Amino acid sequence: MNPFEYAPALESTKIVQVKDHYGLFINGKFVAPKSGKYFPTINPATEKKLSDIALANSADVDLAVKSARAAYIKVWSKMPPAERGKYLFRIARILQERAREFAVLETLDNGKPIRESRDTDIPLAAAHFFYHAGWADKLQYSGNGTGPKPYGVVGQIIPWNFPMLMLAWKIAPALATGNTVVLKPAETTSLTALLFADVCLQAGLPAGVVNIITGEGATGAALVNHPGIDKIAFTGSTEVGKLIATSIAGSKKAVTLELGGKAANIIYDDAAIDEAVEGIVNGIFFNQGHVCCAGSRLLVQENIQDEVLTKLKNRMALIRVGNPLDKNTDLGAINSAAQLAKIKELSSAGDAEGAERWSPPCILPNEGFWFAPTIFTGVSQSHRIAREEIFGPVLSVLTFRTPQEAIEKANNTPYGLSAGVWTEKGSKILWTASKLRAGVIWANTFNKFDPASPFGGYKESGWGREGGKHGLSAYLKASN
Amino acid sequence: MIVDSTENSLRAFLKTLPAVDEVGAHARAGMLATRSIKTTSKSWAIDMAISMIDLTTLEGADTPGKVTGLCAKAVRPDAMDPTVPSVGAVCVYNDMVGIARKKLDEIGGKSIPVAAVATAFPSGRASFAVKAQDTMDAINAGAAEIDMVIDRGAFLSGRYGEVFDEIVRIKELCGTHAHLKVILETGELVTLDNVRKASYLAMLAGADFIKTSTGKVTPAATAPVVLVMLEAVRDYYAMTKIRIGVKPAGGIRNTKDAIKQLVLVNEIAGSEWLTPQFFRIGASALLNDLLLQRMKMRDGYYESPSYVTLD
Amino acid sequence: MATNSSNRIDVQKTYKLFIGGAFPRSESGRVYPIKDFKGMHLANPALASRKDLRDAVVAARAAFPVWSSATAYNRGQILYRMAEILEGRSAQFVDEISALEGVSSRIAQAMVKESVDLLAWYAGWCDKISALDGATNSVSGPFYNFTIPEPIGVVAIFVGAKSSLLNFVGAIASVISSGNTAIVVASEKFPLPAITFAECMATSDLPPGVVNVLTGLASELAPWTASHMDIDAIDATGLTPKLLKEVRLAGVGNLKRIRVPVDIKSPKRILDFMETKTVWHPIGI
Repeated sequence: MNPFEYAPALESTKIVQVKDHYGLFINGKFVAPKSGKYFPTINPATEKKLSDIALANSADVDLAVKSARAAYIKVWSKMPPAERGKYLFRIARILQERAREFAVLETLDNGKPIRESRDTDIPLAAAHFFYHAGWADKLQYSGNGTGPKPYGVVGQIIPWNFPMLMLAWKIAPALATGNTVVLKPAETTSLTALLFADVCLQAGLPAGVVNIITGEGATGAALVNHPGIDKIAFTGSTEVGKLIATSIAGSKKAVTLELGGKAANIIYDDAAIDEAVEGIVNGIFFNQGHVCCAGSRLLVQENIQDEVLTKLKNRMALIRVGNPLDKNTDLGAINSAAQLAKIKELSSAGDAEGAERWSPPCILPNEGFWFAPTIFTGVSQSHRIAREEIFGPVLSVLTFRTPQEAIEKANNTPYGLSAGVWTEKGSKILWTASKLRAGVIWANTFNKFDPASPFGGYKESGWGREGGKHGLSAYLKASN
Repeated sequence: MIVDSTENSLRAFLKTLPAVDEVGAHARAGMLATRSIKTTSKSWAIDMAISMIDLTTLEGADTPGKVTGLCAKAVRPDAMDPTVPSVGAVCVYNDMVGIARKKLDEIGGKSIPVAAVATAFPSGRASFAVKAQDTMDAINAGAAEIDMVIDRGAFLSGRYGEVFDEIVRIKELCGTHAHLKVILETGELVTLDNVRKASYLAMLAGADFIKTSTGKVTPAATAPVVLVMLEAVRDYYAMTKIRIGVKPAGGIRNTKDAIKQLVLVNEIAGSEWLTPQFFRIGASALLNDLLLQRMKMRDGYYESPSYVTLD
Repeated sequence: MATNSSNRIDVQKTYKLFIGGAFPRSESGRVYPIKDFKGMHLANPALASRKDLRDAVVAARAAFPVWSSATAYNRGQILYRMAEILEGRSAQFVDEISALEGVSSRIAQAMVKESVDLLAWYAGWCDKISALDGATNSVSGPFYNFTIPEPIGVVAIFVGAKSSLLNFVGAIASVISSGNTAIVVASEKFPLPAITFAECMATSDLPPGVVNVLTGLASELAPWTASHMDIDAIDATGLTPKLLKEVRLAGVGNLKRIRVPVDIKSPKRILDFMETKTVWHPIGI
């Protein structure tokens, strides 16, 4: 019995006023959906309803796109770039002011631990607006020609794993480059996007520059297929990404896609072992493993396998699973019943295919969607759990003998979003990085994000980059 | 045998230790510093921290009056509240040991050991004969704990055998009379890799405790340093089944700092170390802040420093 | 600015130097009178001495490790905060500029707004300048080779006299955005907005010593600056050709980088006060 049991340290929810229901944010105000239909959004940690969210149909989408177009033509395209930037600076500052409110709301709607929304999601979201505010009047220096032009109206569809952060990754560069936006948040996590609408109002952002339309898959499809959209940005599964690419093929629409991954986290025998173990844990258990770039395949050099697994298991026993509002929680709730079912299904496949499952002892709450942190050892390349994206707190452990073998195994996937490399030998970091077919490579660290650092994948992990100088070109038509 | 105490054997072993990634270690320590310790766990932690304090005075200006006052505080930290535990030890220079021991015995502090700094503390720059005499003076005067310093000059110039031998010989002098804490002076070692190496050197040579600092050099007991030392004792236990203690000293000034240290112990080494037998905190001003926080938990409002004694 | 009733006497402002985050008088005790454009006495700002300059250099050098190791994002936040503070204190600057330059308050207002915008513009460069100037270089051989721009160190700035505020603000922002620390000598004609802007800097979370402001004579301060061996670079915009030549000669002692940047608003101005470092590392197992 550990005498030092941490008592509950709950973050208060008083700072947030969740409305009973929300309309669609179109042309600077909230309006009821034309169908009059709403759908519930719940707290995945308790399964209790938080609010009713408007279900936008194609008529609503049409109105939003038209508002964005009008705002583009009449206001936003005429505005001096420095003034555009100032709106983004204002938004960044207001997000910083209201950071706690956003963090609590994000945790309620998404299920992620308050520590993560407070220390990672929200600060990074504000930083993205701050960073892109500075680009608005400097686009001629961004490598896109001397007079790059925006596309016009962009349609953006974001996932449920980092709702507010993904919103920032989409809206900040779009606005900075002079586009106007129609954004559809994920159906299970719309609340922080709707609160963001209030930030736009507080910042005085002209009506129609940002429009937020909530809904389900059909809403997204309506947005993608709307003829008034010049460019689409999508983050989500590879499956849906391919559907989008299919539906716009042959049209004039530009598109960027940020899709799935099955990243290899390579631990060489000369790694700083304790920090590498921390990197493994961070790589797959951060955000409940709901991360496209998660280090979901541990590739550990065979000669240190036992040492690493012993330390890893001891470390996993310290992971605190529970109430996301508790400041000491490390692993929160799985975002939805559907996602939990998928994780369970793939884990059962792991069992069936002969891999060995291990989780530390864990008391999971009765209500809500939960999955204990899990590792599978004895995994081979052909197992489903080595090939398919689980998108949960499940790590598949494979081994390698030589650096060349590590590369072969790491690259042996249709995905190519990210990878991790752990070694104290500099030349080996650079060699490994040069051989890995992945868009983001973390050496001696993992899951680090920054607005200045371009993010995106090779192969079936998508098209294009977000963040940094490179991320701007997604939203600009180059000149000269 | 892990090493055979020759220079080559030591050097070879130390080379096999994995490196510490500084950024990663800082990140882990930083994450553990966000643990929010409230209500019952906070009360427990405050009392545990009090019982782990090596209440310290190490000034050139120390007098019998100063030391006896400290001893009174050590036995009864809060004059108005007898439920407050006594501290873990009283820590003084060796010529004050006799005075401290006598006073403690007189006022009901028989169970509180006197720890003495020794071996030409704080610099460690003296002949071995002087260091040995320093140690024996303390033991003969009644010290049950010896806090020695390693020879940092020898360590930084690669003479690991010398560092090792000194610790072995001082440990011999301690015999069954005293337990030995070995001060690494991590502020002078600078890198976390050195902290790891020095920790192992001390443990292999027979240290009962590894201690961060003399308190005379900053930085002292920073979280990443303590983290690396806790990893060392954890891994050493896994290798040898010998449990060695850790003592951070210097820079731990308030309750928040102390609780952060206990969280580190809890999550890096494990709850087996959460006892004065295996974790001590070298401090002086910390005690009063712990008392103020304890009063706040008890009474529900913040106290003023006027309500704790300055001894 | 306080509204005056007919009986009320203003509490007049004393204009001191800004060194190490504090506002000391000149150690020499010297001041010089500044009149408004109508010839009315305005104030007695300090006439900085060689020792004041020396103290400013010490402060700037001490602040350099802290400021240059702050993240670019953090520096950008602080520069943006300076813009926020300046915007909030516009009225005070409008009064000073009108009085000194003899322009209408409408024009003075526009000048202040332009200065605010210029600060925000430079704030946005902090975390982007390395994307502009840095590079990975395709060398022949199994080597990773990259070039990074770095701040030079301590920069002395002689502000031009074209305007009372804009040049001052732009010169500072361009130099410190990359992590340099600065000693700024305000133009002789316009010391007052410089010191009032120092008050903005003092309340913007800017670490003490990052910017130090001296008021006084360029003819005295320039030669002393040029021969000071712990100053790494000089922005000589505000110097006469004669002084510039003197400074170039005396600056040879430690090969100071002496620049006369042209545009007040250009990333080139930032790069003028940066060094580049190129690193090689083998690629192999």
